Amino acid sequence: MIAADEIERRILAGLPGARVPALVDLAGDRDHWRATVVAPQFEARSAVDRHRLVYACLQDVLGGALHALSLETLTPDEWVERSGAA
Amino acid sequence: MSDSVQDRIHRTVTGSPVVLYMKGTPEAPRCGFSRAVVDVLSGLSVPFTAVDVLADAEVWQGVKAYSDWPTIPQVFVGGTFIGGCDIVRDLHAKGELEPLVRAAIAARG
Repeated sequence: MIAADEIERRILAGLPGARVPALVDLAGDRDHWRATVVAPQFEARSAVDRHRLVYACLQDVLGGALHALSLETLTPDEWVERSGAA
Repeated sequence: MSDSVQDRIHRTVTGSPVVLYMKGTPEAPRCGFSRAVVDVLSGLSVPFTAVDVLADAEVWQGVKAYSDWPTIPQVFVGGTFIGGCDIVRDLHAKGELEPLVRAAIAARG
């Protein structure tokens, strides 16, 4: 079990300039989360590499306090496109 | 971790065009993310090899080291690690998974 701000804090520490615009407790048990991570570091990287960057931020809790994490990984440009923002 | 587990995993992932490391079996998945990947692969109507990591702790830890990926499920196509549940679902949604899988099956003859 882990708190949302604990997840977010680790991601922001590991990926400076990143944002976590969505963080959803999927099962209401604070074990299974879905996160949208927007980070400039994802530029020109494959989906596998993007996930690895986020996993690296969370390696001390993944598989322990954080049982499952579903990820959407976007560059800032992709986030603008996806969210339909101007 | 013994070399033999890594060798065993290497033989498995290169021995079939599509290999899924999952929790449980395709008939009885033990995790929602594993179930989601089984559903995607089954929907393609292609044969795939499933390995239940819950049945072998060495393989469970070993495949995470092999792919440098901390979670299960894991999908390998043509011997290459392509991702976990999110990425496989995403590739499928973009129509990119089936060509990848078909190419791997065709390459095998």
